[in-house]
Amino acid sequence: MATFDFLLQGLWVAAQPMNLLYALIGVTLGTAVGVLPGIGPALTVALLLPVTYQLDPAGSLIMFAGIYYGGMYGGSTTSILLNTPGESASIVTALEGNKMARAGRGGPALATAAIGSFVAGLIATLGLAFIAPYIVKLALVFGPREYFALMVLAFVTVSSAFGDSTLRGLTALFVGLALSVVGIDQLTGQARLSFGVPELLDGIEVTTLAVAMFAIGETLFIAAQGAKGPDKVEAVRGSIWMSKLDWARSWKPWLRGTFIGFPIGAMPAGGAEIGTFLSYAAEKRLTKHPEEFGNGAIEGVAGPEAANNASAAGTLVPLLTLGLPTTATAAIMLAGFQQYGLQPGPLLFATNPQLVWGLIASLLIANFMLLVLNLPLIGLWVKLLTIPKPWLYAGILLFATLGTIGANPSVYELGMLLAFGLLGYAMRVFGYPIAPVVVGLILGPLAEQQLRRALAISQGDVSVLFTSPIAAVLLVVAAAALIIPLILRARGRGEVLSQLAANED
Amino acid sequence: MSKGHNPSTATRRPDRAALFIAAVLAAIAGLIFWDVSRLSGAAGYSQVGPTTVPYAIACCLAGLAVWTVFAAFRNDFPERERQEISPVIWIVAGLAAQMLLLNVAGFSIATGILFAFTARGFGKRKLWFSLPVGIALCFAVWVIFAKLLQLSLPAGPLEHLFF
Repeated sequence: MATFDFLLQGLWVAAQPMNLLYALIGVTLGTAVGVLPGIGPALTVALLLPVTYQLDPAGSLIMFAGIYYGGMYGGSTTSILLNTPGESASIVTALEGNKMARAGRGGPALATAAIGSFVAGLIATLGLAFIAPYIVKLALVFGPREYFALMVLAFVTVSSAFGDSTLRGLTALFVGLALSVVGIDQLTGQARLSFGVPELLDGIEVTTLAVAMFAIGETLFIAAQGAKGPDKVEAVRGSIWMSKLDWARSWKPWLRGTFIGFPIGAMPAGGAEIGTFLSYAAEKRLTKHPEEFGNGAIEGVAGPEAANNASAAGTLVPLLTLGLPTTATAAIMLAGFQQYGLQPGPLLFATNPQLVWGLIASLLIANFMLLVLNLPLIGLWVKLLTIPKPWLYAGILLFATLGTIGANPSVYELGMLLAFGLLGYAMRVFGYPIAPVVVGLILGPLAEQQLRRALAISQGDVSVLFTSPIAAVLLVVAAAALIIPLILRARGRGEVLSQLAANED
Repeated sequence: MSKGHNPSTATRRPDRAALFIAAVLAAIAGLIFWDVSRLSGAAGYSQVGPTTVPYAIACCLAGLAVWTVFAAFRNDFPERERQEISPVIWIVAGLAAQMLLLNVAGFSIATGILFAFTARGFGKRKLWFSLPVGIALCFAVWVIFAKLLQLSLPAGPLEHLFF
C-alpha cells in the first residue's frame, strides 16, 4: 500500500492553507480564462504560466493543477452556452449541450457536465496515482533507445495519425523540430542555428512559441474572417439542478466515459480527442432515447464530458512518469516544470516524491473545488461569455504579451512573439495543425539526447535502435500509425480521421 | 479544419501558395545544411555529433518540400477562405508598436496602444475612446502584476508618475 501512503502524504502537502489558497486561485483563474470563447486549455495554461513565476515549485505546480482542471471545465461551459465549433476540446459537448441549452435545459446540461467532470476527474486522478508507480518501475528498464522509440511514437501520433493530412501534420512537426535545434547543443556546447545572435543561444522558449501560435495566431485568424455576425449566447433558463430522471440517465455515461477516456489519454497516443468521440458513439448506440440524439440528449453531454476530463488526467500519466508530453497542453506543463529545473520522469518520483504526490493530491482537491465553485458561479461565467469580441481579443493580446514581457522583458522576445504569431496565422490559413510544432519544439532536444546516447553506446551502429524488443515494438507501432492513416486517406476514408483531429488540446 | 479536398477543380493549375510553402521548407532545409556544415566535426568515434540530428531534420524538410510540390500540382490543399487584410495589419501594427515603445513609454502606454489597435482591428473605430481605456486597463494590470506579484514589467513616464 505504498501508493496509499504517498497519496496521504501528498494530501497533507496539498492541504496546507497556503497550498489550498494556490489551488483555489488556480481553479478560479483557470475556469475564468477557459470560459472565454476561443481559448482552449493549452492557451489557458500558457497564458497563466507567468502568474506562477514568483511561487516556489510546489505552490506553483499546485496552482497549475488547478488551472489545468479549471481550464478544461471552462471550455465545456463555453461549448454548451455558445456554439463555437472552433473549440475542439469539447466539440462533442457542443453537439448535444448547445441543443439542450436552446431547448431551455442549459442548467441540467451544465450540471451533468460539471458532475460528470468531477466523477471522471476523481476516478482518473486515482487511476493516475495507482498506475504511476508501476509505469515508473517499467520506465526504469527503459534505456536511451527505448525512450527514443517512445518519442518517435509520440511524434507520429501527435502529428500525422489524426487530422486531415499526413503531409501537413509532418510538416508542422518538422518545423517544430527545426526550431528545437536552435541554441547551444546540450552535449558538446556548440552553437547551432544561432547565426551569431546572442539571444538565440538559449534556444526558443516553448511558452513564447505556444502563446504566439495559439493566442496571436488565433486572434489574427479570427480578425481576418471579418464581421460574421455575433455569436448567440444561450441564457440559462429555469432550474440548474438535474431532475431524478436526469441523474438516472447520466450516471452510467459518466462511468463509461471515464473508462473510455482514461486509457486513451494515458497511452502515448492520447494526443487527439478520440475518447470523447468514442464515448459519444457508445452512448448513441446504448441509449434508450435514440430520437433525442442530435436534439439535446443528456447522455451525449454526460459521457463525452467525462471522457474529456478523464483523458486530460490520463495525459498526465506519460507526462509525470516518462516526461513525455502527448498534447500541446502537456507540452506547456512540461515547460512549467522545466522553469524550476525539474524534469518529470521516473527520477522525479524518487528524488522529489513530495512534489509529485503533492501535485497528484492537489488535482483531487482542485476537482472538489471545481464542483463546489462552478454551479453557484455559473452566472458569472455567463457574463464572461458576453464580452464583445473587440474587447475580448484586445484583452487576450494584452495578457499574451504580459506573460512574455514578465518572463523576459526584451524587445527581442516580443519580436519572436510577433514572428511566431504570423507563422501561426499562416499555418491556420493553410490548414496546418499547431500542436505538433509545440510538441516538436519541447520533445526535439529530449529525443536527440536519447538518440545520441543510444548511438554513442553502440559506437555508431544504427541497428541497435531496432534490436531491443521494446524499442522494436514501439517503432513498429509508430510506423503503423504513420502508414495506416496514409492508406485510409488515399482511399478517401480520411473523413473519420479529420473528425478525430484535435487542433488544440 | 475538416474542409475536405477539392481534387477536381475546373482549372487544375498548381496551387501557387503551396509552391511557395515548398520553397520556404526547402530554404529552411538549406539554411540548416549551411549552418551545420560550419560546425567542426566533433562526432568522435561514434560518428554521431551535434550535426547528426540537424542533418536528419534538414533531409526530412527537403523531402516534405518535394511532397508539398506534388500536393500543389494535385491541388491537395484545402480551399482557403477569403482573408480580410486590414484587421491583420492593425493588429500587427499594434504588436510592433508595443515592441518598439515598451522600453521608452513603459508597459501601460505601449500595451494600451496594442489594446486599442486590436480593438480597431475587430471593428471598434473610436480610437479616442479605446486608447485611454486601454492605457487605464494596462496601468491597472501593471499595478497588480508589477507591484503585487513582483513581475518585472518595464515602467515608463506614466508608471513613474504614481510610483
